[in-house]
Amino acid sequence: MNESILTLLIFIPVIGALAMLVFAQFGGKENPDGFKWIAVIATGIQLLLGIWLYLNYNPTDTVLTSAFTVQKEWIPQFNIQYYIGVDGLSMPMVLLTAFLSFICVISSWKITKSPFGFFALFLLLDAGMMGVFVSLDFFLFYVFWEVMLLPMYFLIGIWGGPQRQYAAIKFFLYTLFGSVFMLLAMLTLYFYSDPHTFNLIALIDTAKTIDATLWGFQIKYLIWLCLFIGFAIKVPVFPFHTWLPLAHVEAPTAISVILAGVLLKMGTYGLLRISYPLLPGEVYHFATILAVLGVINIIWGAANAIAQIDLKKMVAYSSVSHMGYVILGMAAVVSNSKAGAEAGMNGAAMQMFNHGTITAMLFLLVGVIYDKAHHRYIFFPKDYKDKALAGKQGFGGLGAQMPIYSALMAMAFFAGLGLPAMSGFISEALCFIGGFSVDTTFAGESSIIRILTIIGTLGILLNAIYFLRAFQHVFFGKLNEKYKELTDISLRELVCVVPIALIILILGIYPAPLIEMIAPTFSNLIDLIQSTPIMGI
Amino acid sequence: MTNLPSISYFIPELIVIGLILTTICLDFSSKLRKHILPVNILGVLFVGLFVWDSFGINQNIFSHLYIIDSFSTFFKLIFVSTTLLILIASSASKELDDIGHPEYYTLMMTVLLGLMIMVSSTNLIMIYIGIETASLASYVLAGMKKGNKASNEASLKYVIFGSFASGIMLYGMSWLYGLAGSTDLYQIHESILNSSALLEDNFMIYVAILMLLAGVGYKISMVPFHYWTPDVYEGAPTPITAFFSIAPKAAGLGLFLRIMYSLFSESGGFADPNPILHVDWPFLIAVLAAGTMTIGNVLAIQQNNVKRILAYSSIAHAGYMLMSASILSVSAIKAIMFYLVIYLFMNLGAFFYAIFISNKCGVEDIEGYKGLGYKSPLMASLMVLLLVSLTGLPPTAGFIGKVYLFSALIEAKTFYWLAVVGILNSVVSLFYYFKIVKVMWLDEPKDDSKITPKPALSILIIVCSIPTLVLGLKWDFLFEFIDKIKF
Repeated sequence: MNESILTLLIFIPVIGALAMLVFAQFGGKENPDGFKWIAVIATGIQLLLGIWLYLNYNPTDTVLTSAFTVQKEWIPQFNIQYYIGVDGLSMPMVLLTAFLSFICVISSWKITKSPFGFFALFLLLDAGMMGVFVSLDFFLFYVFWEVMLLPMYFLIGIWGGPQRQYAAIKFFLYTLFGSVFMLLAMLTLYFYSDPHTFNLIALIDTAKTIDATLWGFQIKYLIWLCLFIGFAIKVPVFPFHTWLPLAHVEAPTAISVILAGVLLKMGTYGLLRISYPLLPGEVYHFATILAVLGVINIIWGAANAIAQIDLKKMVAYSSVSHMGYVILGMAAVVSNSKAGAEAGMNGAAMQMFNHGTITAMLFLLVGVIYDKAHHRYIFFPKDYKDKALAGKQGFGGLGAQMPIYSALMAMAFFAGLGLPAMSGFISEALCFIGGFSVDTTFAGESSIIRILTIIGTLGILLNAIYFLRAFQHVFFGKLNEKYKELTDISLRELVCVVPIALIILILGIYPAPLIEMIAPTFSNLIDLIQSTPIMGI
Repeated sequence: MTNLPSISYFIPELIVIGLILTTICLDFSSKLRKHILPVNILGVLFVGLFVWDSFGINQNIFSHLYIIDSFSTFFKLIFVSTTLLILIASSASKELDDIGHPEYYTLMMTVLLGLMIMVSSTNLIMIYIGIETASLASYVLAGMKKGNKASNEASLKYVIFGSFASGIMLYGMSWLYGLAGSTDLYQIHESILNSSALLEDNFMIYVAILMLLAGVGYKISMVPFHYWTPDVYEGAPTPITAFFSIAPKAAGLGLFLRIMYSLFSESGGFADPNPILHVDWPFLIAVLAAGTMTIGNVLAIQQNNVKRILAYSSIAHAGYMLMSASILSVSAIKAIMFYLVIYLFMNLGAFFYAIFISNKCGVEDIEGYKGLGYKSPLMASLMVLLLVSLTGLPPTAGFIGKVYLFSALIEAKTFYWLAVVGILNSVVSLFYYFKIVKVMWLDEPKDDSKITPKPALSILIIVCSIPTLVLGLKWDFLFEFIDKIKF
């Protein structure tokens, strides 16, 4: 079981998709619910395996000592391995992926347009995501990273909103643009390391010995930049974020959840898994820029969210803002106080998980109201096609009409703006503590990251503005006559949302399980980076 | 080796010649005419067997006019498999129904013969004969649809461009002969290397290289000799277009590699990292490669005819392979060969799908592809696979091929800028390949009708799709095979 658990985690969805293919040939046409049940079973088994993995996971293990690690030859001539494993960095992401995939399948129960295609593609997407989070071989990582794009393209492009075709190709082009640079970086790392290898663990030792220059730069710095472009587009870091609002808004609810909940984390995960350990010296030089970009993300995302009149777009921009906290926390690795660096890094990793759950809840709840009212405007746009409604308030007074829904939405909004006792508060606070601790770096240079962090805290205020404003206009005030017949949230939708709400609450009050899971790995990573001698670019 | 014993090494070519004559003879009797196709398929299979059998031999024959080595054998295998698949496809294609069949097969076999001579020759005269044999037959093949204006235009353009290019090439050859006093590649190399005048001023070599490039570049549709490609590809019958996009390109590349390496590298062999007399032709190739892929990709974006899209894409793919050719190393040649095998399957597959659709719906325009995903899901899914592979995304073979091409470039640690141009081009290519995917799957079909695939073509599409997927997951056996080729 230990040996095969990770392989199963990746390939159970693939088996599910194949089962659907067989089912489609034999009676699938008359019985479309069968596809949904296959998807539920596949993701359900995956979730159970994930829980089993969590229960048996020992946080002090590294990937080298862990019993779950698998290392096999794939293409010996090119030294490519099937090398998978989990550590404190990937563990929360694996759990998040399994959990959200299961929830998303249930939340997509009402898909009527060719359910076979939707759920089969969804399962392939699931396999790709899982593969990215457990790969320890760069080539394997890259293959999974790219494999995800195709199902995502179709899921947005076929089942999305009115602008779905444009959104799908824009998403695809942006991500591919980033990942081809990653490919260059990967090949350069391979050919400059001795012996040539894609093994991410072996590269930790060999990558830092690369000593060559190109166009007047250290090759290592160029590799870092290429990797950064690839990952930054996924996060997305300002100014690469413009694909995000469009894709998130046009995608169907479940896919928005996956996009915001899991896919964005791949960017920061990639930085932490590949750029940080392989190129520690470059991390040091780049930390300030990271912090600057993180703060821009926080402020820019929040400011944009304030300007939105579409609930889903607002949530999408809030993701940009929240991923900024992760970037800021990651920049804190250069802090001269080990505690500060740990706070920042742990905060970043926790924020990755917590934002995954919070944003999933937000998107699901927005999806609920959209299914009922067929729009999600806080205010109708000025040029709305129905002239009578243009510029008017979209909802209003739903609080009395849909009490359970309103309570859940209130909770999601408060979690989003970082209210204490919700999980988001702890991780955001840790990110800020980390950032604030960087007065001087571990190499003794003074740093402006502390000042940047102070600016970044403004983001909390801005977050509060748009969440509270949206809540006020949708749920308070006089009930909009049009929605007198609106029913409250259904049982199926509750099944999707309540588990997420529980996780947010539990981790808000008692975050220890999450911290214990990640802390040892990050402590090692910080030691690795802080023990690197600093050289010029 | 003298002439008489040489013949035993020349059997594959002789069989092709025999096939040409047999086809003509069979045409005399109306009873026997229907056997032409099976005879040709069988014959090409035999050629393939003999070529396969000669793998590993390294022998100069006909007094150094011709060489049988694993390098040329590899390319011959590519031609034979392309021809075989195209023969089957043309029998299933509606476009060719009203065309006199015997001459079609005769011409096809003549092209095959020319291509085989191209990659095996080690003498300038033989090389020229090979090119012309292949070209003259190709001109007629492009104009096969006699009543069709586009086809006539294609043929005429092909003739004019082709003769112009081969004229320049012939002049380049005479230039070389003037420099070296021989038409044998090895002797030319020898005398260039030992010439003290050329060492002082190597301008003459530049001129010779440029002129030779005109002839070869036209075959592989390298920029700036690519202008004929879209029109010829659009006008010619689709099976012929598919053939043109693979076999002559492969031959052109093979010839290119042989000429450049045996004439213009320092030791006169493959895998010599130094150009002769410090003539910086690798840089020239790098620039041309960058131009070729960029122009191919950028112009493909605005096309709306699927055949034209594939034509421009084939220009781009020639650019990717040339990119690797600018590196003088064994791994670069291997990467090109590896890519050729993959390109053969994915490009043929995409063309077969185009034939399939033009048979069924009579359209080549992208508008006509609307909603095909819902009309014939299996074939449309395979087309997506093939297009993904052409873009170069995992888990398909196209990705692995590109990885090898880029690896060769990065391993050599020169021309990083070319690698950057190359990857950006992959991104651009996504846009037009997925334009086809978009209309097939993302647009709604106009009506609810279904399309039932014709067995022959759908089997061909499946045959091309399987390697496209399998080689993306496990490709070490192909790599080992190419590794066995001696340089």
